[in-house]
Amino acid sequence: MTDDARPSPDALLREAQREGRGTLKIFLGAAPGVGKTYEMLLEGAEKIEAGADVVIGLVETHGRDETEALVAPLPVIPRRKIDYKGQTLTEMDLDAVLERRPKIVLVDELAHTNAPGSRHPKRWQDIEELRAAGIDVMTTVNIQHVESLNDVVGSFTHVRVRETVPDKVFEEAEIELIDLPPEDLISRLGDGKVYVPDQARHALDHFFSKGNLLALRELALRHAAQYVEARIQEHKSVTGKDIGYAGGQRILVAISQEAGGEQVIRAAKRLADALKAPLIALYVETPSAERFGDAEKTQLAGNLSLAASLGATLQSVPATSVQDAILAHCRDVSATQLVLGKSRRQGGWWRRRDPIVQDILDRTTGVAIHVIPFDEQVRGRDWRNFVPRGSWTGDAVAIGSVAALTLAAFLAQGWISRGPIDLLYLLPVIVSASLYGFRAGLIAAIAAGIAYNFFFLPPFYTVIIYGPANIITAVLLVVVAIITGQLAARARAAAALAMRSARENAGLARFATRLGAASNTQETAQLIRDELRSLLAVQTIVLHPSADGVTISAFGQTKPQLSPVDRAAAEWVMDHGEEAGIGTNTLTASAWQFRPLKTSLGTLAVLGFRGPHGRDPIPTERAALAESLIDQAALAHERLKLEADMRDMEVVRQRDNLRAALLASLSHDLRTPLTAVTAAAEALSATGDEAELVETVRSEARRLNRFLSDLLDLTRIEEGAVTPDLVPTDLTDVIASALGDLSKSLTGRKVLTSIDPNLPLVRADAVLLNHALLNLVDNAAKYSPQDAPIEIIARMGRRGPVIDVLDSGPGIPQGSEQRIFDRFARGETSDRTGGSGLGLAIVKGFAAAMGFTVEAARRQGGGSRFTIRIPSTAIIQVSLEDIA
Amino acid sequence: MTGPVLIVDDEMPIRRLLRVALERSGYATVEAECAKAALAALRTPLPQLVLLDLGLPDRDGLELIGAFREQGVPIIVLTARDASVEKVAALDLGADDYVTKPFDSEELLARIRSCLRRTDQTMGRLRKLTVGPVQVDLDAHAVSKAGIEVKLTPKEFTLLAALASHPGKVLTHTHLLREVWGQAHTDHVEYLRVTVRSLRKKLEQDPSSPVLIQNEPGVGYRFHDPGGAVPAPT
Repeated sequence: MTDDARPSPDALLREAQREGRGTLKIFLGAAPGVGKTYEMLLEGAEKIEAGADVVIGLVETHGRDETEALVAPLPVIPRRKIDYKGQTLTEMDLDAVLERRPKIVLVDELAHTNAPGSRHPKRWQDIEELRAAGIDVMTTVNIQHVESLNDVVGSFTHVRVRETVPDKVFEEAEIELIDLPPEDLISRLGDGKVYVPDQARHALDHFFSKGNLLALRELALRHAAQYVEARIQEHKSVTGKDIGYAGGQRILVAISQEAGGEQVIRAAKRLADALKAPLIALYVETPSAERFGDAEKTQLAGNLSLAASLGATLQSVPATSVQDAILAHCRDVSATQLVLGKSRRQGGWWRRRDPIVQDILDRTTGVAIHVIPFDEQVRGRDWRNFVPRGSWTGDAVAIGSVAALTLAAFLAQGWISRGPIDLLYLLPVIVSASLYGFRAGLIAAIAAGIAYNFFFLPPFYTVIIYGPANIITAVLLVVVAIITGQLAARARAAAALAMRSARENAGLARFATRLGAASNTQETAQLIRDELRSLLAVQTIVLHPSADGVTISAFGQTKPQLSPVDRAAAEWVMDHGEEAGIGTNTLTASAWQFRPLKTSLGTLAVLGFRGPHGRDPIPTERAALAESLIDQAALAHERLKLEADMRDMEVVRQRDNLRAALLASLSHDLRTPLTAVTAAAEALSATGDEAELVETVRSEARRLNRFLSDLLDLTRIEEGAVTPDLVPTDLTDVIASALGDLSKSLTGRKVLTSIDPNLPLVRADAVLLNHALLNLVDNAAKYSPQDAPIEIIARMGRRGPVIDVLDSGPGIPQGSEQRIFDRFARGETSDRTGGSGLGLAIVKGFAAAMGFTVEAARRQGGGSRFTIRIPSTAIIQVSLEDIA
Repeated sequence: MTGPVLIVDDEMPIRRLLRVALERSGYATVEAECAKAALAALRTPLPQLVLLDLGLPDRDGLELIGAFREQGVPIIVLTARDASVEKVAALDLGADDYVTKPFDSEELLARIRSCLRRTDQTMGRLRKLTVGPVQVDLDAHAVSKAGIEVKLTPKEFTLLAALASHPGKVLTHTHLLREVWGQAHTDHVEYLRVTVRSLRKKLEQDPSSPVLIQNEPGVGYRFHDPGGAVPAPT
């Protein structure tokens, strides 16, 4: 029980990452026209009335009066105009909103796709950036735009929505469901109150059927309820009141390159959501992946990024057998539910049973298996796919070896019998198949069959097969070729895969070792560049932060020139810690792809990759390798940074020690003799001339003492070593004890005190404030005639309590009201008065340490006024009931 | 007469100075330059008072306070000006008073006299005292100023009693808060400030330059010692 009550570290981490981020509120509707924008504007207006800083980033009113009336009181950020193919499109001006920095911004239509040339392709990405900058966002969206519901909605409305928003956006948001019964919506539609673009009217007429609306409404209600519940669960796991998902469920979905696999991934996401379980997407990379065409690669990348956008953890393992890898991974991650797709392909009887699915079903225990049937969109098949793969060399070797054997056997016919010749023909077949694969074996088998038949079987020099024994021989040759070729091909594929894994592992290991040995940032950057360049085989650079954004710190032979877009993308990555550039979601116009080196200390550097001919520099099959390389590079950077910080801290520590030692020695070794001198001088009693000498010793010893104290105080201030102990303090006490301490030097002086009896207590360090006041009064005594009174007034000022010290001396020279607080600044009469010139600097330093200010002014009619101002925040209110 | 004054300080010039000043005022003295020697000096004749410097070469002076306390020897600690934490620690451990370096011989002698007077009176505690026009009778719970009875709240009286039963002795904030409000409120310095202020309003001639209840910045409060060298309010 006690264990269960502990907050989940993951939830805490998410919570921490969320801190400082703006919140997101989504007004969710079942269909257009339910009044989302209206509700959002209402809430915006309420907030602005309550005093919040609310602006409109972008709202579509569609010319409706009631909506426009609501927009009126809210400030609107003008839209940005974009010229695209002769048309002028308008989009939200993201930079203007960021610049304006409102507390809350309203942005309509979360699922909107931005015009080409915008920073992000999608509006939800703009909103992410606003939130990252700490701005709260309110937005609207309809249920059919939720990524994981896309199929479901499409299946009954028959309207396919292309603009989707990833589920993770909803997971962080507060959802407000705007509900309107379908009858009301249909009548609103009839009244023309729902905006529908003309070109979509036909499609939407079908969309707005009552059946559809009922289904959409139910979906929206259910989904909103699900998010609310998810938020409660998350809250519980953050506060530790309850454990997140009691069942400990874990969903594993297998991802393939098959078109239609999206349906499987979305189904898995729905399952994971329903069970509140984490989702892991597994891709098994088999040797056949090397033969993928462009279409298959694109499909695979799409499936993987869909899984990522649905919040799944992506994992990729290389293996020869898909089912073995899936089963092994199931055990590794302790998956409780496995989601597989099964293509409903048209085909003959041999296609009915999917061997992979069947095998997994047969071999699994303890894991629930969901098989999701899907329709694979059949692509036009390339005839080349039916030709077995092989090389021209292999074909030549096959024919050549058969020809050579035929020639040899023909010449040797005289002295060997014809019996073993058919066996001899197995030789070129096996050799060709095992060396060059199935195609070479097949060619050798056919050639061998023809040659054997032609030269050695009667009727000679014809290809007519005569007799069952000879047919068997021909068939045997072909079968041997097939089996040998398959075996050899599989062995070669396995070897190639093992070699690649070994090469990558060795590369990673070497990279780690060399990184560990690097001792400075430049060396590390160059090493990272060189290794990533050779392992990923793309142009690579390393960038570090600098005064004007980022600077390339490591590159190949020539330093590449970055365009402004590239530079913007690199800086974006540095600032946001997220990837940008080609092949990502942000600033895709850049020819480079930039990835952050993220560490616990923030983004320390950025890696730039550039693929050939504007292609994604890190294709899917290299993504996992790239990730681990980048992780290692980030670790190395983090280590260097920590080492540097440690060194800095060591320097600071040594300096602190030295300062402490110096202060201790000053205060002890100078004070002790001074104490003895002062006390001895006080105790001396003399008469006549000597009395005057003794008085000189006394006063000079006192002065030396003061000077030493001042010097120590100032040293502490300048070194930032003053740590005030702020406690409730009565200013009466402070003034009284300062006057008490000064009683000796103020003998014969008239001191007038006036303290407001209703002055509140303040939070102050009594010792520091006492010293500050002591110095002010001492200063006033020094710079004013012996017979002129010194006034001390404690009163309530406009912004808090104030202590004034007034004298009637020569006053402060005009214009030097600030300067007199500098060290060694003395009044014109300083020679006579013998001050250290440090007193006022100490007053200022001590006051500042407590958060107070001090100022000097000329008094009308001569003299100066020094004022210590205490902020009202330092006032302490005490309830008299507590005390009594 | 009672035993000598024990001077514990590692600096010879300070010891010599203190010895001369004390002997001139008629006190016998014993000197110790380290903690070990100080403890050795605890034998007969037992010192009547200890002047203790906290920075000793062999041990922290604070550790010696307990040993002197056990023998009933009053302690005056010699400290640096800014060491309010050290002062409070010494007082909380049972030291009777402190004197800040560089000190004035006259002030030191006044403190010694006040301290010894309190020790003499510990047996038959002073329950009635008069400071200027103010008269306090702790047993009768009666306080008067210039012959007129002053009404105090229960907390005000408890605080006044706590202070007045040790005239001339510094009592730390924590000590006073514990005595008057209890252990749970030892952090509420503001209670103390407010109550001291209302006591001053009722008892002092001029509440803005208090004489009866004196503040020790960062340490605590001291009730005026009527027999001390500091002149009584006029």
